[in-house]
Amino acid sequence: MTDSKDQIDQTVKANDVVLFMKGTKTMPQCGFSSRVAGVLNFMGVDYMDVNVLADDGIRQGIKDFSDWPTIPQLYVKGEFVGGCDIITEMTLSGELDQLFETNGVVYDKDAAEKIREANA
Amino acid sequence: MAITLTELETLLTESFPQAKVTITDLAGDGNHYAAEVIDESFRGKNRVQQQRAVYAALKGKMDGAHGELHALALTTKAPE
Repeated sequence: MTDSKDQIDQTVKANDVVLFMKGTKTMPQCGFSSRVAGVLNFMGVDYMDVNVLADDGIRQGIKDFSDWPTIPQLYVKGEFVGGCDIITEMTLSGELDQLFETNGVVYDKDAAEKIREANA
Repeated sequence: MAITLTELETLLTESFPQAKVTITDLAGDGNHYAAEVIDESFRGKNRVQQQRAVYAALKGKMDGAHGELHALALTTKAPE
């Protein structure tokens, strides 16, 4: 268990944006993971995807790491940002844009606006 | 395993007695719900802290493959 925790800690610190998800960014295997990966893909964010289905240690470890029971989980600069509902809300409110800007994460502002227009 | 809307409501109102709780059964299968919890205790907390409190109220029902509740879309906020 300690190994998983160390591995997760190193992963979220070594990569600016990390999404722990079921499946991969190109082939998500759960609707909630798919939604968050879809937003990041569409916004052109360079992020690392970690498929929790490929590793049971990580699958349980990530829940203990963040004290959060569900997947997907998004991390920016080592900080847990939220799960599917929170990321959706933050995308629509523009808070996700602000978070990326504050942390120097490159993203496509026009794409973010398109998501908001489509869901207005 | 599924959970009824009433059971879910009971769990949430036990932990948040003053809250306005609205639950919707999204798929009619007792497995996919949306819940909105509006409670004064959320004031000043960020969304992660608010939703952690809701998950805590569910006492492990969301836990992984053996959880009774597969999907719960959460909206949390303090009263306007």
